[in-house]
Amino acid sequence: MLNRILAPLSAAWKEATDSQVWTSIFRHGKPVSNRNRALVMMSNVFLHLHPVKSRKAGIKLRYTWCMGGITFFLFLVLTFTGLLLMFYYRPTVEYAYADIVDLQEHVPLGIMRELHRWGAHAMVITVWLHMLRVFMTGSYKPPREFNWGIGVVLLVLTLLLSFTGYLLPWDQLAIWAIAVGSNMARATPLLGTEGPLSASLTLGDISLINAGNDARFALLGARSVGQPTLLRFYVLHCVGLPLAAAFLMAVHFWRVRKDGGISGPM
Amino acid sequence: MIDLFKDLVNWASGPTVLFTIATLGLLAAFRFTQVWSKTSAKVFFVVLAVFYTASMWDPDFLLIVAKPDNIPITGVIFLVFFFTWFAMHQGIQNDRRSAGEGEVLEKQESEKVWVWPDLVYTEMLAMVILSIVLLVWSILLAAPLEQPANPADSPNPSKAPWYFLGLQEMLVYFDPWLAGVVFPTLIIVGLMAIPYIDTNPKGNGYFTFKERKAEIVIFLFGFLILWCLLVVSGTFLRGPNWNFFGPYEYWDVHRVEPLLNVNVSDFFWVKLLGRPLPTGGFFAALMREWLGILMVGAYLFVLPVVMSWPRDKFPTGLKWLSCHHYFEKMGATRYYLGVSLFLMMMSLPIKMYLRWAFNLKYIVAFPEIFFNI
Ligand code: HEM
Repeated sequence: MLNRILAPLSAAWKEATDSQVWTSIFRHGKPVSNRNRALVMMSNVFLHLHPVKSRKAGIKLRYTWCMGGITFFLFLVLTFTGLLLMFYYRPTVEYAYADIVDLQEHVPLGIMRELHRWGAHAMVITVWLHMLRVFMTGSYKPPREFNWGIGVVLLVLTLLLSFTGYLLPWDQLAIWAIAVGSNMARATPLLGTEGPLSASLTLGDISLINAGNDARFALLGARSVGQPTLLRFYVLHCVGLPLAAAFLMAVHFWRVRKDGGISGPM
Repeated sequence: MIDLFKDLVNWASGPTVLFTIATLGLLAAFRFTQVWSKTSAKVFFVVLAVFYTASMWDPDFLLIVAKPDNIPITGVIFLVFFFTWFAMHQGIQNDRRSAGEGEVLEKQESEKVWVWPDLVYTEMLAMVILSIVLLVWSILLAAPLEQPANPADSPNPSKAPWYFLGLQEMLVYFDPWLAGVVFPTLIIVGLMAIPYIDTNPKGNGYFTFKERKAEIVIFLFGFLILWCLLVVSGTFLRGPNWNFFGPYEYWDVHRVEPLLNVNVSDFFWVKLLGRPLPTGGFFAALMREWLGILMVGAYLFVLPVVMSWPRDKFPTGLKWLSCHHYFEKMGATRYYLGVSLFLMMMSLPIKMYLRWAFNLKYIVAFPEIFFNI
């Protein structure tokens, strides 16, 4: 009975995998022989981020927790859902909030915003846990010092991505969280109006640092959170920071390989 | 009975008590490493889960914990506990192996295996599971959206996004130029400097505790207590006006907490000498603050030098201060960089306890130029 269903299925499968279309995409047989296991890793641009063979301990879930990989996967999910959100969202004080409401209520399959927000929260947590794992296995030690440094920048970028995104719904939660966060910039030494020593930056008796040009103004594009801030954060959130993160991730992954693969005892 | 329990938990969640308990607990766990066993992990998680679930019947607790944007904090609590335990547990098991005849697990498993299928399948599974988790989470829980932005109406409390609440909590103890600018910079620089400061060649590429005790104790104290604990308490336990509220307390906007904080200069001039603070001009301000300046200067610039002296230069009882062996091992540059970063980090708990014990506001205060420490 079972055979009656399975036999045609496996025939169809064989037909498909023998077809010209299939063999043009996958240029080798199934990864059941060692030769094909090597080929599959090398001829696929995504899989070839990996080596063909790896130390057994290093690929155990117990060792890496797959945390870096999960972080990367979340980044991909966020890029994809973020792209869909951009189809609907307009970064203006006039429309932003209403577009978010529409996204949740009128757009078909309206959980993109949820996926994007919960994914972002999750990514912040997984990046911390990834750092914890790297620290606890001493994987920042030579020769991986530099990659740890790249990682720290990625951590900062992840937090900044999340922070800039927080403003975009333009609701009370958003603007006040950003107001609280960016108020700190006012206190930047030398560069903030209420920062230590800024008052000493004068030209004759004109004070050089004021609320219209200090560090906080540079962040917000205005004296308080407003339209210029929304646009600034939107551009950073959708273009600047993701590009920077993607670029550094490429370096990060390359270096994992070049530093000898996942760390292990000498 | 239940009220008594709630009062107890509210009391134990107060900043002073919670911070002290957590720190002592962590230090004890490093001293008595048996606690990182599977059994105690199970007990711990069951207790935590029961506490969490039972607390849901309390309306005030539920209100805060079930806020959509606070859900990740519950995730942080459970995940951070679990993975800290998991790392320490494996480390201690490895320490046992290498103390006996054996080798650490990661060494035993040194042979090479094919990445397809061993790794690729794991990754595949991780992606599928994560996708399901995200989908279910997103279907069940709508992303929060409050009233449209209104720049004229500031909510109380106004909170930064949750991952920055550790920094916002620091604002209680330090001015914004330190809590919001200098310390974040130092955290980033300090993290990046770790591989260059830490010269211990052991423990590279496997879990261990015994071979890297100092590194792990310092890092986990920073990560668990100074970062995660402050994030969690900033989210759950700080209410209107950033006042403290226990987990079973109602967030009363009208609660006023008296602030009777005094500066080191007040202690010296007013309380000790019984005189008014010196006033008028730059030098008077320096006079006013000399003791605080001396204290901060001594802490940042003299203490590291003193700590580099050999043990026999210290009187009994203070010998633990000597870091001479680190100075020898690491060399002067690494030593001073490392000790300075460490002392900067410890300035947070020190300032916290000074505040709690003496209501100390500023050690050095030049409000004229926004330079307060
Ligand atoms: C967006 C953030 C990040 C992504 C996507 C990412 C991704 C990855 C991946 C996929 C790996 C391979 C092994 C693994 O999964 O554990 C890895 C390894 C590594 N990561 Fe990250 N990472 C990120 C952030 C960080 C951070 C914050 C740090 C440290 C501060 C860091 C330091 C390292 C180091 C040193 C390795 C090599 C570990 C080893 O060889 O065992 N990364 N990262």
